[in-house]
Amino acid sequence: MRSNLFKIVALVIVTMLNFSYSFAENEEVKKEKEFNVGEMIMHHIKDAHEWHLFGPEHGGTSIYLPVILIDNGLKVFSSSNFYHGAKDSVLDATSKEYIYFNKGKGAAKDYALCHEKIYKLEEGKLHFKEGHPHNAKPLDFSITKNVLSLFMGTFLTLIILLSVVRFYKKNGAVAPKGVAKFLEPIIVMVRDDIAKANIDHHKYQKYVPYLLTIFFFIWFNNMLGLIPFLPGGANLTGNITVTFFLALCTLIVTVFSGNKNYWGHIFWMPGVPVPMKFFMMPIELIGIITKPFALMIRLFANITAGHIIVLALISIIFINKNVAWGGLSVPMALFISVLELLVAFLQAFLFAMLSSLFIGAAVEEAHH
Amino acid sequence: MDLILPDFGLLFWTALVFCCLLFVLTKFIWKPILSAVNAREQKITEALELADKTRAEMQALQAENDKILKEARAERDNILKEAKEAGNTMIEAAKSKSKLEADKIVEAARLSINSEKAAAMEELKNHIATLSLEIAEKVVRGELASDDKQKALADKFANDINLN
Repeated sequence: MRSNLFKIVALVIVTMLNFSYSFAENEEVKKEKEFNVGEMIMHHIKDAHEWHLFGPEHGGTSIYLPVILIDNGLKVFSSSNFYHGAKDSVLDATSKEYIYFNKGKGAAKDYALCHEKIYKLEEGKLHFKEGHPHNAKPLDFSITKNVLSLFMGTFLTLIILLSVVRFYKKNGAVAPKGVAKFLEPIIVMVRDDIAKANIDHHKYQKYVPYLLTIFFFIWFNNMLGLIPFLPGGANLTGNITVTFFLALCTLIVTVFSGNKNYWGHIFWMPGVPVPMKFFMMPIELIGIITKPFALMIRLFANITAGHIIVLALISIIFINKNVAWGGLSVPMALFISVLELLVAFLQAFLFAMLSSLFIGAAVEEAHH
Repeated sequence: MDLILPDFGLLFWTALVFCCLLFVLTKFIWKPILSAVNAREQKITEALELADKTRAEMQALQAENDKILKEARAERDNILKEAKEAGNTMIEAAKSKSKLEADKIVEAARLSINSEKAAAMEELKNHIATLSLEIAEKVVRGELASDDKQKALADKFANDINLN
């Protein structure tokens, strides 16, 4: 029954993603591609419209993800229309370097892909200004690498947590076993050490599901990012958009939870002289934004840095073009990867902890 | 630069997926798990309280048992002592009584022996008297067989009377 379900899911994914092989077709492009560490790392930590599996960057084996555009109606096509389209380049006047881009073919013939961003072609051309195309962009709802990673991470989270909840449904209030045994202390930790410790005792229960969700979302996706092949490998929680949204959620929860006492401290700080009250007001107002802003930057920077370090260490082998360097770079990369496992947990914990702290400050009752 | 600029498409999908996840997890996962965990914690707290209560009860019971045992022991000692005393008095009484009885028996025996002895003596005396008479008759007959002998006897008697 379950294996059938997996087969169906796998079939749907394969048909949806338009799995295909491509081989280097352009000698010129191949020649240009000397191994460049910075470029490779930047390419990895950014989003993409394909999921590169193995082989050279252009011409290896990739999964081409669906492109969804809203531009005079809904347009859906495979990203292979870009990656297999005409490759073009423009010499940048300022940096004296070539900027490469792909013009779409078939359904994508009106668009071009430059640095993984989709632009509308104007009379079949991209116009560059200071090294960036300034053509109009269509609304891009593509299932990119990060979006697919998000789906898989969510699916995994649901599968794991459902097995936990199934245990409790089946066995009732008994000592946990299996996955439940492993995850229950963490759930209890979020409830007691994160929520209960920072939020008023009578109000914390309302925020526990949010904090649990944010914790497990970040933790599982952090760990998924550490797996170097297909189910993982995307830099999802190290993407500024994702961390921006998570921080935004905490901001919204904090602002909408804020009571009279909280807003009183922001607009009319008690216990300080009146001129200071006026002085404190803008600082406190900015503080509302800077707190979640710090959350956003912290998660983004930590996870991205982890990906960069591991990739840089592995790149030592390819820079020196000698397998023997693996003796150095593999143990170091392993060490950093293990450290990243800790960081994955720690960042999830910190995000939930600080969110809880901000919410706690917003719902705190005045005590004199 | 686009590394630190949010992307609208990804923001849309993240928001959609995260909101769905938050809803699904809250409704179908966190609520049942937390209620199960809470229920278990409640159960454990209750069990611990019950254990404490039971322990206190057990201690009280133990103390009571000890008290009862002590009392029982004291009572047993008491009973033993009393029984011993009673036994002793009974033995004493029996002893004195039996002594009295024995004395009585001995006395009766002595009396009966004495009376028997007296009777026997009496009979013996009678018998001896009869025998003496018979002997005396024979002797007298012999003594009186001749005149000399009669005379000698009479003299002897006369001497005897004087001596007596």
